[in-house]
Order: sequence, then structure tokens, then C-alpha cells
Amino acid sequence: MKKDKRYGMVIDLDKCTGCGSCMAACMAENNVPFREDESNKLLSITWMRVYKLTNGKPFPETDVCYLPRPCMHCGGQHEGHSPCVSVCPATATDYSLKTGIVSQIYTRCFGCRYCMASCPYHARYFNWWDPVWPDGMEKYLNPKVSPRMRGVVEKCSFCFHRYQLAKEKAYIQGRRELAEDEYQTSCTQACPAGAITFGDLNNHKHSVYKDKKNPNAFRLLERLGTNPKVYYISSRAWVRRAGDNYLRNEAKPAKAVQHG
Amino acid sequence: MDSALIPKGVKRAPLWQFILFLGAPGTVALWGVYAMLLCWFKGLNQTNMNDAYGFALWIWADLAVIAVGGGAFFSGLLRYIFGKDVLKSIINYAVLIGFICYSSALLILAIDIGQPLRGWFIFWHANVHSMLTEVAFCLSAYFCVLTIEYIPLILENRQIDKVPFFHKLGHNMHEIMAVFAATGAFLSFFHQGSLGGVAGVLYGRPFGFREGLFIWPWTFFLYTWSAAACGPCFTILVTKITEKVTRKKLVKDDAIEFLAKVSGWMILAYITAKTIDTWYWATVTAPSKGFALMDFYSNNPFYGIWILIVEVVVCGFVPALILITAKGRKNNKALWTAVILAVVGVCLNRWVMVLQVLAVPVLTFENWVMYIPSWQEIATTILPVAYGIILIAVSYRYLPVFPHEAELNPLEPSTAPEPESAAVELPVEPGQGLIPAEA
Repeated sequence: MKKDKRYGMVIDLDKCTGCGSCMAACMAENNVPFREDESNKLLSITWMRVYKLTNGKPFPETDVCYLPRPCMHCGGQHEGHSPCVSVCPATATDYSLKTGIVSQIYTRCFGCRYCMASCPYHARYFNWWDPVWPDGMEKYLNPKVSPRMRGVVEKCSFCFHRYQLAKEKAYIQGRRELAEDEYQTSCTQACPAGAITFGDLNNHKHSVYKDKKNPNAFRLLERLGTNPKVYYISSRAWVRRAGDNYLRNEAKPAKAVQHG
Repeated sequence: MDSALIPKGVKRAPLWQFILFLGAPGTVALWGVYAMLLCWFKGLNQTNMNDAYGFALWIWADLAVIAVGGGAFFSGLLRYIFGKDVLKSIINYAVLIGFICYSSALLILAIDIGQPLRGWFIFWHANVHSMLTEVAFCLSAYFCVLTIEYIPLILENRQIDKVPFFHKLGHNMHEIMAVFAATGAFLSFFHQGSLGGVAGVLYGRPFGFREGLFIWPWTFFLYTWSAAACGPCFTILVTKITEKVTRKKLVKDDAIEFLAKVSGWMILAYITAKTIDTWYWATVTAPSKGFALMDFYSNNPFYGIWILIVEVVVCGFVPALILITAKGRKNNKALWTAVILAVVGVCLNRWVMVLQVLAVPVLTFENWVMYIPSWQEIATTILPVAYGIILIAVSYRYLPVFPHEAELNPLEPSTAPEPESAAVELPVEPGQGLIPAEA
């Protein structure tokens, strides 16, 4: 019997230049709302957010790393026990055992924000305002993705509408399986450096299957037991260490510093 | 003018004075209602919450009022299940305070959700794994229980009691009140615990996360215990404040002392358990996630280790030690100090378990985020206080909330109004009080 899919991402931080294409592509693809003044990042909605990390050392030893952070689509310690899915009181966020994707049902969310409190990655965002699009922009919205109203939580869906579209196409063609390139997220396709790879972590034919086994691969906050599906690769030890918290006596290098 | 509505055997201020008294809380309540309408019509952008602080002042207020409202279920448990008749004097008031606390919590929750019209989804699409679902069910059910416990007191109003149906209804409700007290204690155990579980299950937030027993984190039990321990202190505190305002003795000393004694031992047990829990969390749970204790209490402008010391020592062990000694309970100043500290302590515990949980950075490249509530949040949080004062004032004026008031404050014949024109009928024999309206 074939294993269920576990869609995930591997992001090569050595390749990421911090250009922000992934963020822009994500916003356009998913009709992510924005406001005239986006200077307060605690109120901005960025399903994909690029963090800038430095090793905190003075010149000439300064080193910088850009870290794109989508939703981690956590599986939890027993599959499906994601931090957010387990706490949502109205079952407005769900974990698919077929794809491993954490979904958000906007029309069911009533905006209690418990899921936001539970997410250590700050990957969940609240619509503090109704979306207001600049004149004429409504015509450019993606018809496959419903815009969200004020008062509900939203987050990265791994472009799930693309998965649905690819599945429909395959079904019409009499297939059950998707090829790796049939379902790709918008950020993956937009990255000019090819830093992001996306696919089924359980499928040995997919690049992510191989990439996640890279000795320099790590996940963010693994020690919490969130079991995320986004892997990072970095050849730099301080970047890998920045992925988790360590006690002082664990003899780990100093924590990274985030800017911007 | 309203003397026909005032209970027999007691004296109340003239109506104009009463209305004037209601002016201040009434104004504050209007301010709160205005802020509430702003939040409902314009959305939660009226607050200073943000994506780092999805939970903030309102959730704290909810947790705090439910904790201090715990006096109702615990007093009910002692009075009706354990048969502690000494609490007759205060049980009605404990129920009234509980009713105010729980109705306030529901009101705040209704403001706090992003889509208020979808509030019922929590029942319709219930996720049985969520602590918040359990909170919603038990809290609503317990509010119904409190309403049922409050109704007989309303039916004791002089004019309502004259209607035979209401008189009999009130009487029959008294007869079965033990059933509701037991139901209330059962429901309270679960929703108080679930509120503790809200932070305790957040395994992505090392400051809040606790291990536990089966599906319940230790905070589940600590919250139930702390509400049962500190809730009665709030009941005592509000009673004392009411006595100050009315310049009357309303509750017998033995009731206060008994409640204070039980509360003292409960707080001592709770704070000992809390200390053990904190110790285990600081030395085992948090380090296993890569956090040292001081990571949670440094590199920020507000959350220092002082907050833990204040909560556990100053507002935990100190009031417990005062209340378990007869000397402490009998000394008025010490009693005031102890009940205030206990109430502050439980509120502080709820604060850190909501606000500090979110303030602590978890990703290594993020920083502490501080939060100051907006005026709309403050106004809507004060609204329940104003509403509480109004409901207490109205209930005190027209209902026999304190069954021993007449006995404790015998009226001088010269101050007695004419029976046909006023509320008071004299004389009241010693030992003969108002008809006890045991909630």
C-alpha cells in the first residue's frame, strides 16, 4: 500500500539572497491583504516572511543569513497533533492525514486567536481589518483563492488550491498520482536562486526526500516536538544552531540576532 | 418612593441618594458600552493586540474574573454539600458575586472574538480536543446554574414574593439547591481546570507548557485549586468593601472567619503545589526545550524574576500564613491584607500565564514583544466592574442578599419609618432576621 503524502519544503539558506520574491509571489498568489502603511510588522500579514539573521559578530566576522519562514505544517508528536490544530475550538483548522497539510477554514474561524497563541513560529495572522484593494486590483485577484474577511485567522496553505487543481487535472487524465512538478507552491517557483524545493517528503523520487537527509539539514524548534515539515539547509554552524534553543551549558554558540 | 420594594427590617438610603450613587458606575458603564460597540462595529483593530499578542488584556480579565468568581462554587460546595450552615450569612452574596463574574466573562468573550456573530460555532463545530471548547461548554452551563441560584433571591423581593406562584417557585428552588450546588462544583472543576489547560497544553510555548496527568497539564489542577482557594478571598473582600460603603455589618464574623480559614489552608496547599510545579518546570520541562529559568525573566523591560517572587511568596505564602492563624483572621487589618494579596496573587498568575507566555520569544532570532492595551480594551475591561457595582447596589437595595442584616443592624424605633409608607416594619426581635434566601 502506498504511503500517504507528506508535502514539505526544503529551503537552502546558503542560496537564499533575501530578495523577497517568495514573499511577493505568495501575497499575489494567495490574495494576501495589505494596508497603505505596512511599517508595523506585528500587524502585517506575511504568510511567507523572510527574516534577516546575523551572527552578532563585529566586522569583519559579520555574517548574514536570510531565512524564509512559511507555515511549518507541523505534524506534532503523534501525527495531526499540531500545536494549532489541537487547540482550535471550532475545528476551523485541520490536519490532513492524506497530505500532511494544515488547512484553515476561513468561513468557520470565529477569530478567537488561540491558534496564534499556540504557534511558536508566528506563522498565523489575524485580519485586524477588512481587506481593501487599490482601485482596479480586484480584477487581478486570484479567483482560486477566497479573500479573507476581518476577524479571522489566516496562514500559508502550501498553495493548497494548486494541489486541488493538479489533482483534478490528474483525475480527468485517469491518474491518481501527481508528478513532482505538477504541484509546486508559488514561492518555490518564484525563488530566483532556486533555494526552495517542494514536494512529498515520503516520496523518494522527489528532491525534498533526498534534501531533508542532508547532514546540514535542520528544522526550526525541533526540541519543542512540533515536528515541522519545513527543513532548512545551511553549511554554517551558527545558522543551524539558530534554529533551536540551547542551554548555556550545552556549549552552543551565541544565538543569532534578527534584524528587520 | 420605592419603599414597597425594599426588604423588611432594614434601612436603605433615600432613592435620590441611591440614584446619585449609581451615577458614577453608570457613567463608566456607558463609556465601556461605547468602547464595546466600537469593537463590535469597527473590529478588533480598536485594540492594541497584534499578531504576537493574539491573547491580551481581555483574556486575562476573563481568566481573572472566573478565578475570583470561584468563590461561588466553592462556598456553595461547602454550604450545600458539606453542610456548613455557618455560611448561610454569606452564601447569597457569594452567588451574586459569582453571577457578576461569570456574566462579565461571557460579555468579554463576546467582545474578544473577531467574528462575534459566529460565536456559536464553538458549540456547533466543537473540537473536543480543545481546552477552549471545554471552557465554553462548562462556562455557559455554569452560568445557567448561577442564574438558577440567583433567581430564588430575586423571587424573595417583597413584591414578587406576594405572588403565590413565585413564592412557591422560590421555595421549591431552595429545596433542590443542593443539586445545583453539586452541578456547579462539577462544572467549575472542569472549566476552571480547562482555563488552566489553555496555556498548559501549548507545547510550542515553553513558558506556559506543563506536563501532567493523562490529557490534563498540571495547570489544569492548579487553576481549579487556586480558584477554589482565592475565590472565597474575593467574596470576603467584596463583602468587606460593601460593609465599608454601607457602613453596616452585613455578614456574621463566624462566616467570614470560617471562609477565611478554609481559604487559608487551600491557598497554602495550592501555593505549595505551585512551588513544586514551578520547580519541576524550571529544572526539567523548560531545560528539555532549551530554556533556562532566567531566559523567561530577563532581557525585557518588565518581566523580571520579581513577578514570580511576588506571585508565589508575597501573594501566596504570606496570605496563606495570615489566614491559617486565628490571630490573623481576627485582626481586621491582617484579614484585609491577606484577602487583597490572595486576590492580587491569583490575578497575577492569570496575567503571566496569558501575557508572559506570548511575550517570551521562542524563535531564537525574535525578541520580546511588549504590549500596552488601548483605551477601548481598558474601558471594556472596566465595564464589568461598573456593571458589578450597579448589580450589587440594586440587589442590595431590593433583595434580601444578607439574611442576617436586620439582626446585625437592629433599627432604632426613632429611625423607623411608618409601616404603611415605608419599607421597614419594627421592631425586629433579636435573632429574627430577614427570611434567609439561601441561594
